[in-house]
This record gives sequence, structure tokens and C-alpha cells, in this order.
Amino acid sequence: MKLKQLLAQSGMILVFILVVIGSYIIAPQFMSKENMISLGLQVSSIGIVACTMLFCLAAGDFDLSVGSSFALGGMVGVLIGNATGSLFLGVIGAVAAGSVVGLVNGVVVAKFKINALITTLATMQIVRGLTNILGHGTPLTASKPGFDFLGNQSYFSLPLPILLMVMFFIAFGVLLNKTVFGRNTLAIGGNKDAALLAGIKVDRTKIAIFILSGMAASFAGVVAASRLIVASNNAGDKLELQAISACVLGGVSLSGGIGTMSGTVVGVLIMGIVENVMRLKSVDAFYQMVVTGAILLLAVLFDRLKLKILSSAS
Amino acid sequence: MLTIRGISKGFSGVQALQDVSFDVRGGSVHALCGENGAGKSTLLKVLSGVHRPDQGSLEIDGKRCDFRSAIDALDGGVAVIYQELNLIPDMSIAENVWLGHYSRKGPFVDFKELERKTRESLQKVGLDVHPSTKLGSLSLAQKQMVEIAKALTRNAKVIAFDEPTSSLSSREVDTLFGLIAELKSRGMAILYVSHRMDEVTHLCDACTVLRDGRHVETFATMDGVNAGTIVNRMVGRDLVAPRTEDEQEFGADVLSLNSITGPGLKEPISLSVRAGEIVGIFGLIGAGRTELLKAVYLGSEGEVGIEGQNIPRKGAASSIKSGLVLCPEDRKHEGIVPMMSVAENLNLSIRRTLAKFGIWLASNEERKNAEDFRDRLRIKTASLQTPISNLSGGNQQKVILARWLSERIRVVLLDEPTRGIDVGSKAEIYGIVRDLARKGIAVLFVSSELPEVLALSDRVFVMCEGRVTGSMKTSEATEAKLLALALPKGAGA
Repeated sequence: MKLKQLLAQSGMILVFILVVIGSYIIAPQFMSKENMISLGLQVSSIGIVACTMLFCLAAGDFDLSVGSSFALGGMVGVLIGNATGSLFLGVIGAVAAGSVVGLVNGVVVAKFKINALITTLATMQIVRGLTNILGHGTPLTASKPGFDFLGNQSYFSLPLPILLMVMFFIAFGVLLNKTVFGRNTLAIGGNKDAALLAGIKVDRTKIAIFILSGMAASFAGVVAASRLIVASNNAGDKLELQAISACVLGGVSLSGGIGTMSGTVVGVLIMGIVENVMRLKSVDAFYQMVVTGAILLLAVLFDRLKLKILSSAS
Repeated sequence: MLTIRGISKGFSGVQALQDVSFDVRGGSVHALCGENGAGKSTLLKVLSGVHRPDQGSLEIDGKRCDFRSAIDALDGGVAVIYQELNLIPDMSIAENVWLGHYSRKGPFVDFKELERKTRESLQKVGLDVHPSTKLGSLSLAQKQMVEIAKALTRNAKVIAFDEPTSSLSSREVDTLFGLIAELKSRGMAILYVSHRMDEVTHLCDACTVLRDGRHVETFATMDGVNAGTIVNRMVGRDLVAPRTEDEQEFGADVLSLNSITGPGLKEPISLSVRAGEIVGIFGLIGAGRTELLKAVYLGSEGEVGIEGQNIPRKGAASSIKSGLVLCPEDRKHEGIVPMMSVAENLNLSIRRTLAKFGIWLASNEERKNAEDFRDRLRIKTASLQTPISNLSGGNQQKVILARWLSERIRVVLLDEPTRGIDVGSKAEIYGIVRDLARKGIAVLFVSSELPEVLALSDRVFVMCEGRVTGSMKTSEATEAKLLALALPKGAGA
């Protein structure tokens, strides 16, 4: 029983180590510095979005609109950047747009008690539509010099998107573990009624979580647009599912109350590595979809199994 | 017809039923009486196959039955009509009555045949509604009739009713009684659970009283049996020693409720609790006691004053700020956050106040607070980092109490503070509550257990069906007096 519990709690770390070793055996070039950086860039968007998705899931909710907010962020960023010539204003505008999406999600879910799945499914489509309207249904190229700073600048030979992702990991890890907000988030997911009676402002906390989620997604979107120097109307497609998969892989419970930042980081990396290795071995993109889906399914099964083991132990 | 023989059933240490035996004759209405927690619901669940008894057996017409599920029980001829009906509101009456047994034409449901059969069974219960009517559009009384019709289609021999009249109007009650008389004349055995003594004495032909899971007495005939006799049997247990302390002098009003209204409350309620006083609210389940405490704590119409000052009523957080806390009844659903540690559960509420700038967790202060309360309340736990779900009920309750005692409180509302915990922890929790009162804190607590109310409170209010039906000093109260006030409509000792 002890071993089972240990496996249930830290199983994903073991899987992570196995995946890394396995990847190295399959494709030795996996461990090269160039590939590590390309892996980092590849997961940077999912990583940033997963941070706030962790909070949504921990509170017992979902945010399916992050993929659309990601595209909206890029589009608004490039539009403002092109109009003003300022990357900074572009980022501010993008994040503001994302926070509005989050506010709407949060208010509908928390105040009107509409299921988060339905709410964000609706806003996902609305925001995707708005993005297409803004960009006239086509990708929009950033025309002003300097717009590529956020995506292409490097420090200590590490591209800025990777550094930003690491900063997000640290900041949201601290937020989850060291602040009242973070612990309240887990308490709400763990037992909403108990949290409410304990004087936790459940509604306000949930709204804040959704706003953070919208902001993070649109920020990630503008970073990606800066890297590619183009805002795609189709950017962030399936990003919400990838972020949720990563969180669940990292041991975040879909029913709320359980979740760690370290687990989420591991989840993001496992998702990234599997894709990365398949790309290195030139596996067809369609097979990649099959594998990614299978991973999600396994992760959910694992989540169920884990809850069962943990609850039977008590 | 139905023989209940030596049924025992325990739930994790609590003996809900112990060696209960009695007979229910065919063609009779047999009442089942007892206080909350006497074991009536458990017995019904044994009858309907939801619970399997640890010991003992059921016999129908001398044939031994071993129900493993609700379907077994229905097939065996036992139907239980619960207060919460098991019907699907968005489906038609016909679909509800025959759920799981639809008439078919090949692979398709034969709706014509289904409606014809349903019309027949509706006639038997005297319900004149088209079978295709959506169930959700019926009144509660009509839904009950549908449930009975459903039982009849499965050839039920025994029908048990759980408080069937609790939300019916008096005309609907008459209709129901007419139907019960009809079922009886057809030779069925009716088991009738009710708190309403007038119904028991008028409608029923026999009566069994349960107390603390044991069989007390079965009256084979109701001749010479009146409400007083039954109530006496319901409460006649060993009395817990009442408060030994002398009549105390209490300070000024600390908590005053003025015209509190809310869902589940039929009249505005006003009462006050003085400094150092413990006031109990007794009543049966559903009397509106929990609703009253929640209305006070979470906000409602009416005024709540603490030490003469009306406090803002903007929800839990604002009440806590004013020094008013509620320790909820349902520990599992409203108290603990199961996956979190003992320390986190304990600090859940005070955390905001301890935190630096209200944002950063004050880990040291939190640890100190948790250690302090672990020692003061003698919470038994392997460590403060253990998940709270690993603790016993009594220790969980102490953690939840500690959560509220961490706050700067003037008034504490306790809802069933000792539900489902062992005797030893109960005594400890009584001690904690008395300590609070001695410090001048006003305590208002709700309990369904008479001995607890008598042992702990200085003054008692009794609630019944959303109203306060009486109040008295505990020194003047007896179990029979309180129970008489708590039983609905016209009942009394």
C-alpha cells in the first residue's frame, strides 16, 4: 500500500525520467543543446498557459477559451504594434484584451453559476470569431521594426520566450504555495461549501483566476506573434486541450483541490518531449495527434486510479 | 405478511439498528415511530434493499427474503415511498411508472400499450391525469400517487411510506388517507413512518416505537394508546445528567436576532443570547434550525446585533469580521477540505488575518496556531501535515471547531456539534463549548439530540416546521415537553 501511494503521488516524476531516458535512446540528438532550446521554444506557449490552467483546474473549473485568447492576444498586439510602433503598447493592449475575456468568463461562472465548460466553450468561439474579424480572416504581419524583440531576443544564450516561461513557472508556483490566494484556490476546488463558510470570497477568487487565465493566454499569444513576426488568426488551436492535458499529466485533479506547480512543469515537458522526439524521428504529424490523444486518455485514467488509491488509503 | 426478525445494522462503529423484530399484518396500517436517529430510516433502507442487515432477516408471507438491491426488493414485493420521490421530472407519467419495464414492439417502445397500461394503474390510485403528461408539471401529491401506482404495477405486497404528509395540504392528506385505506382493504401491509401523532393514532392499526436503534414496544392495537403513550416510549431513555452548575447570572445580550427570515423559515424569528450563555435550539430534522443559523451567518432579511450594534450582513467573510462564526452541521460537505492537511484545514479561515499584508502566507504563525489548538483541544493526529480525512470524526470536528476558535469571536453558532462522533469526543466537545461560554462568548447551538440539549444549554428554543414553537429555561425543561413542542401539528404529550 505504501508503495502504491508513493507511486500515485510521484508517479509522473518517474514517468518523466523514463521518458527522458527513452528519448535519448531513441534519438541521441534529443540531448543536444540546439534541440533542448527548440524543445523549450516549442513548449513555451503551453507552459505559460498551463500555469493559469493549473489554477482553473485546482479551483474545480476549466478554461477552454485560452486558445482563442492566445490568438486574440497576438492579433491585438500586432494591430497596436503596427499602429503605434510600440511593442510595449502592443503587449499592454493584448493583455488587456485577454483580461476582458477572463472577466467575462469569471463573472458568468462565479456570479451566474453557469458551468465553466459551457461558458468557456461559448467564449472560445466568440473570441475566435472576434480575432478573425479583427484580422479580416487572414494572418497579420508585424510591419514595424522591433516587434520581434519579445520572441527572438536571447539572454545567456536562452531565447526570451523560454525565460518568460520559467518566470511564469516560478511566479505561479509562489502564488500557489505562498499566498492566501493560492491556498484558497485549492480550498475552493477541494470543498467549495466549506470554503464559502470559512469566509473565503469564492466568487471573487474565481473571477481573479479567470482573469489571470485570460491575461496569461493573451500574453503567450503576443510572445508567439513576436517570435513569428505574424499574428495568425488560427494561432492557439487546441492550445486549451494541450494545457489541460499537461496539467492532468502533472497530477492536477480534474475535480479540483489537488495540483502542484512541479507536477504541471513535468506534465508540460512530457507532452513537449513526446512531440519533440516524434518530430526528430520524422513521424507523420497525424501519428503525433494519435499519440497526444492517447497520452491524454492515459493521464485521465491515471488521475482516476490515483484518487482511488489515495482515498482507499485513508 | 411482513416479519422483521432480529435486524441489526451498524455503520462504522455506530449501531443504527440492534436486534429489531416485529410483525406487520396484511390488511393493516402499521406506524413506525421514533426520534431522529432512532433507526427508522435505516430500517426503511433495509426494507428497500439499499442496506443489507448485518444480522437478522426479512420474511414476506413466511418466505425469507434477501434483498441485495432496490430492484430485488421491488421484485420481492416491497416498495418504499420516500419523501424525496425517485421520479424523473422530464419524462411522462407513463415512462416513469414503467421505467425499466417498457412495453415493446420489436426494438421500439410501444407507447400506445404503455399509455393504456398506465391509465389502468392510474385509475387504481384515483389519479385522473393523462399518462403522457410530464411528471414535472404535477403537484407533489400527484407525484406521490404516481409513485404508488408504480409500486402497484410491480405487485407490491408491502408499501412503506416515509413521512408522506410532510408537504401535503390537508385536502391532499385526505385523498392520500383514502388511498391508503383502499390499499389496506386489498390486504396489503402498510408501514407508515410519521412524526405526526394525530395521524399515527387515527390512521394506524398498530404501532412500533424505536429508540436508539432498538425496538421499544409494539402496540398490536391502538385501543387505549394515545399520543402521550407513544411520546413517552420515544423518549424514555436513561437521562444524561443535567447541568450541575447552579443557575448562573448572565451578562448583557451579546447576540440579538431581530426578525430573521429566510428560506425554510415560515415566520420571522427573534431571539437573544446573553454573555456566557449557551442557548440550544431543538427540533426535528427539517424544522428550519440549520436554515436559521445559515440565514444569520450568510445574510438575510432582518437584523443581527452583537453587543447592541447591528452588524453588516454581507456573507460569511463579513460575519467573521464582526466576530460571528458558524460551525456547520455537515462536516463532510461543508466543514473539511478532505485532501488538505490538518493544519491547512485549521487555518482556513484565520489565514487571511495572519497573512502579511493579507497576501503572503505567514507559515510560522499558522504553524504556531495549529500546534496551539492541537494541544488545547487535544486533537489526535499523526502530524499536522496529515490529510484531515485520515482523522476520526471526533478529531475532525475538533479541527473544524479550532478553525472558528482561531478567529476573534464574540458569538459562535454550532450546528449539530457532535453528530456522528464517539461518546468520548462528545464529552470533550461539551467541555470546549462550556469553556467558551465561561469566557463570555455567546453560544447558540442546534441539536437533534434531546440529552445533548438538556446537558449543554442554559435555555432552549424549540423549532417546528420553520417556526419557533416554544422556549424555556433548561431547568424547567423535560424531554417530553421539548419533544411535544417539536412534533408537528396537534401532536403532544
